[in-house]
Amino acid sequence: MNKQIRIVDTTLRDGMHAASHQFSPDDMAEIAKNLDQAGIDTIEIGHGDGLGGSSFQYGFSSYSDEDYLKAVSSVLKNAKLGVLLLPGIGTMKDLELSACYGAKVARIATHITEADVGEQHIKLAKALGMEAVGFLMMSHMAPLEKLVEQAKLFESYGADVVYVTDSAGAMVPEEVLNAVKNVREAVSIKIGHHAHNNLSLALANSLVAIEAGAELVDGSCKGMGAGAGNTQTEVLAVVLAKLGYKTNVDLYRIMDVADDIVSPKMARSQVIDKNSLTIGYAGVYGSFLLHALRAAEKYGLDARDILVELGKRKTVGGQEDMIVDVAYELRQSQKVNLPADNN
Amino acid sequence: MGEKIKAAIIGPGNIGIDLMYKIMESRFLELDAVVGIVPESEGLKLARQNGIKASHEGIRSIIGNKEIKIVFDATGAKPHLTHAPLLKEDGKIVIDLTPAAIGSYVVPSVNMEEHLNELNINMITCGGQATIPIVAAINKAAGVKYAEIVATISSKSAGVGTRQNIDEFTQTTARGLEIIGGAERGKAIIILNPAEPPIIMRDTVYTRVENPDSEKITDAVLEMTKKIQSYVPGYRIKVPPVIDGDKVTVLLEVEGAGHYLPKYSGNLDIMTAAAMAVGDRLAEKLLAKANRELS
Repeated sequence: MNKQIRIVDTTLRDGMHAASHQFSPDDMAEIAKNLDQAGIDTIEIGHGDGLGGSSFQYGFSSYSDEDYLKAVSSVLKNAKLGVLLLPGIGTMKDLELSACYGAKVARIATHITEADVGEQHIKLAKALGMEAVGFLMMSHMAPLEKLVEQAKLFESYGADVVYVTDSAGAMVPEEVLNAVKNVREAVSIKIGHHAHNNLSLALANSLVAIEAGAELVDGSCKGMGAGAGNTQTEVLAVVLAKLGYKTNVDLYRIMDVADDIVSPKMARSQVIDKNSLTIGYAGVYGSFLLHALRAAEKYGLDARDILVELGKRKTVGGQEDMIVDVAYELRQSQKVNLPADNN
Repeated sequence: MGEKIKAAIIGPGNIGIDLMYKIMESRFLELDAVVGIVPESEGLKLARQNGIKASHEGIRSIIGNKEIKIVFDATGAKPHLTHAPLLKEDGKIVIDLTPAAIGSYVVPSVNMEEHLNELNINMITCGGQATIPIVAAINKAAGVKYAEIVATISSKSAGVGTRQNIDEFTQTTARGLEIIGGAERGKAIIILNPAEPPIIMRDTVYTRVENPDSEKITDAVLEMTKKIQSYVPGYRIKVPPVIDGDKVTVLLEVEGAGHYLPKYSGNLDIMTAAAMAVGDRLAEKLLAKANRELS
C-alpha cells in the first residue's frame, strides 16, 4: 500500500487557541520554516478562528493577519501556505489579502448545515487561483444525509476538497467511518478529516477516515489546538509510515520540530483534562474551553456545568458569547446554593 | 384629521409581507399597494386578501402614481440600484430595507430626525438595528474606541439574500457602528444557528470605552433600550452591562412581534419595525406640513 496522504499541519492556526492567539510572527515563521523542512504538505496559519478572528468574542491576537502572512510566506519553500475563513467572521477582502501573500489553500469553514454561506468565498478562492476547501464544522451535529447534502453543495460551488470536521472532538471512530464513507460515495472531490482529541480518539479517527477514503488529514505538533488539541502531527506521520502510507514527512525532523521548536513555545501542556473531556462528551466547540474556564471563575461555577449546558442548547462554532450568557443564567439559578449569597 | 399618507411596498417576500401587516396598523400610513414581479407570489395573494392592491408588474405599477408618497423597498441590493433613481425622479421618498446603502444609514432611536428631509433612507442591517443604538448610548456616556457586535440568528430566519451576501452584512454593520454608533472602529460578526426549535435572535455588544463609569453606562443603555422597545416591543437586555476594566459587554435578544413571521425571527422583525418607525415619522411630518398649508 503506497497511497499518498496529505498532512495539513494546523499548529499555527488551531494551535493558536491553546496559545490564546499569542504566537508572534517570529514564532510562526520559525515553526513554519521547520515544518516546511520536515516535509509537511500544507501549513495553515492565523488566528484560531481564522482570518478576521481577532476580536473580543474570540480573543485578540497582538498581531494582524497580515503580519502573520508576511512572516510565514517569506520562509516557505515547498509547503503550501493555508488560511481558514469562517464566513460571518472573515470576509472576501481577507481572502484577497491572503492571496497577495501567496496563500495557496483557502479553507472555508461553515457549520455543518450552512455550507451556502460559503459559496461566494469558495468561488473567490478559485478565482484567486487557490485550492478551495469546504470545511464542514461540527460534523457530529447533523445526520448523515445532511452531511452528504452539504458536502455536495461545496462540490457544486467548485471546492476541490471537502472536510468532515469534528470541531468538538465528539465523534467516535464508527461515526467518522460512516461520515467519510457516505461523503466519499456522494462526491468526486477529495475528502479531508480534522480531528480533536477530547475523547482521546483523534489519531484513531484520522486513521479510520483514511481507511474510509480521506486523502487529507489534519494534525498539529504536540497536538496543540482547541480543547484537548488535534491529532498529533509527529505521531500521525510515524503511524502513517508504519502503515505504509506516503506522506513525504521526514520522521526525525517532524519529531524535532514538535519537541524542540513548538514545545518550548507552549503556554500550557496539551492534555485531556476534565474540562476538555467534557467538551467531547457534550459535543461543544473546542475553542470554548478557555472561555468557559474564565467564565467559571468569574461566576463561581464548575466549567463542566457551563459546557454541558452549552451542549444542551445546541450552540455552534463561534458562539463564545453564549458562554457568559449561560454562566450568568446558571449563576442566577444557583444563587441560593452559593455560600457567598447566604449572608 | 383622519388623513393618512399613502405608501407602497416593493417586494412581497417575508420582509415585505411582515411590513404590510405592520403598516396596516399604522396611524399615519395607508398601504396603497404591494408590488412584485412574480404573478403567483404568495405575498401578493396575501395583500389582495387584506384588501390591498397588488400587482406583479413591479415598480412600473407605482411610478407616476403621485398619491403614493412613501415607498418601502424590500427587494434586494441589486434591484434597489435600479429602483432608486426611478423613485427619486418620481419624487417618492424611499425607505430601503436592502443592503444597497444608497441613502443615509438610519436607526430610529438614534438619528432619524436628522434625515427626515432625505429622499432615500437606508435601514442598514438587522444586526445593526439591534446593536448600533446600544453602541451610540455607550458612546455618549463613555466614549467608544472600539465596538464589536455578534449577531446570532436562527438558520431558518436567514434568507437567501443574507446567505449569499454575508460579507455585506458584516461590512455594512461595521460601518454603521462607526458612522451612527460613534465608535472609532467597528467590527461585526454573524452566526447562524440551526437548532430546533429555532433560537430567538440574540446579539452581543462589546465596546472598549474611554471612561468606564458603570452607573452612567448602565443608565444610558437602559434608557436606550426603552426607546427601542417603543417600536420593537420584543427587544430585551438579557444580561445587564458587564463592565470589566475598559470593556463593556451587553447581551440582548430580540423576539419578533409575530405579525407574519414567527417570533424567533426577531432579526426580520427589527428591520420591518425600524422601517415602519421611520415611515410613520415621515408620514406624520408630511401630514403636519399639509395641515399647515391648508390653514
